[in-house]
Amino acid sequence: MSGQTTAEELGPVTTLATPIRLDFEFTPGVAQSRFLRGLEKGKFVGQRCPTCGKVYVPSRGSCPTDGVPTTEDVDLGNVGTVTTYCVVNVPFAGQSIEIPYICAQVLLDGADISFMGLIQEIPTDEIRMGLRVEAVWVEPEELTPSLASVRYFRPNGEPDADYETYKDYL
Amino acid sequence: MPESEALHASHVLEYPYSRSVGPVIGAFLTGLRDGKLLGVRGTGGSVIVPPTEYDPATGEDTGELVEVGPGGVVESWAWVPNPLPKHPLARPFAWALIRLDGADTAMLHVVDAGGPDQVATGDRVTVRFRPAGERIGAMADIEAFVPEGGAS
Ligand SMILES: [Zn+2]
Repeated sequence: MSGQTTAEELGPVTTLATPIRLDFEFTPGVAQSRFLRGLEKGKFVGQRCPTCGKVYVPSRGSCPTDGVPTTEDVDLGNVGTVTTYCVVNVPFAGQSIEIPYICAQVLLDGADISFMGLIQEIPTDEIRMGLRVEAVWVEPEELTPSLASVRYFRPNGEPDADYETYKDYL
Repeated sequence: MPESEALHASHVLEYPYSRSVGPVIGAFLTGLRDGKLLGVRGTGGSVIVPPTEYDPATGEDTGELVEVGPGGVVESWAWVPNPLPKHPLARPFAWALIRLDGADTAMLHVVDAGGPDQVATGDRVTVRFRPAGERIGAMADIEAFVPEGGAS
């Protein structure tokens, strides 16, 4: 603002910027760090429960059902199934993806829990439960221990998964 | 870092809120931008600073704006020996309730007093505005209050 501007030119003050800011050190813990380090290598790493055999991704380090530590790492593939989805049509502040876009729960093959992913390369009116998708990663030199390493999921061309194969994961 | 160790990273979460201030606070903030301190007359003629749209005691509409200060009296204070990054001054300072000349209420602001032995309840202080070109119509347009007589 120029010191030469008069109060009349500026007009009365009607709004006040009141940003709320939080600076913090985040640690995802040992278990999720393994998942994040897997992302840095371009793969999804889960962990299996020694009691019930379920594979969690990302693993929290213990099985929520059995309460025991999960110690066995499991490399999951790049392919999974859309179990449910949402088409986002509403713009909001800070939105980085052009609307409409699809946000879906993806159940990776071999995993017993789904996680949220962006779906691209399919018209929004063709998204459906059971769609088979594959992860599209950033370039190798751009991989970081972050979900930003996964650009999105896209249809991989396989026939839709049978409802029976994912009905327990909804 | 060994593979067994947990990662950590610095994160920032910020919501860029912008608030509508209304006619009375708006006039107060416009006053700050112009280098003036404004209060408002409440029920019975008392002067409220910072001004409000309603008298907090009676709920009645407040009346005319009145200029107050630039001096005032420290009613209460707390010394901040180790300022945090978001504090208004980078050096140690006092948060203080300051009753400006002509006002019947006290306003929270900063006293830039040099040390805790140089501020006391009952002390007279005066406003130090930022340079006109830096003022935007916000509480921080007041850089600080300083001991009257200038020993800061
Ligand atoms: Zn289990």
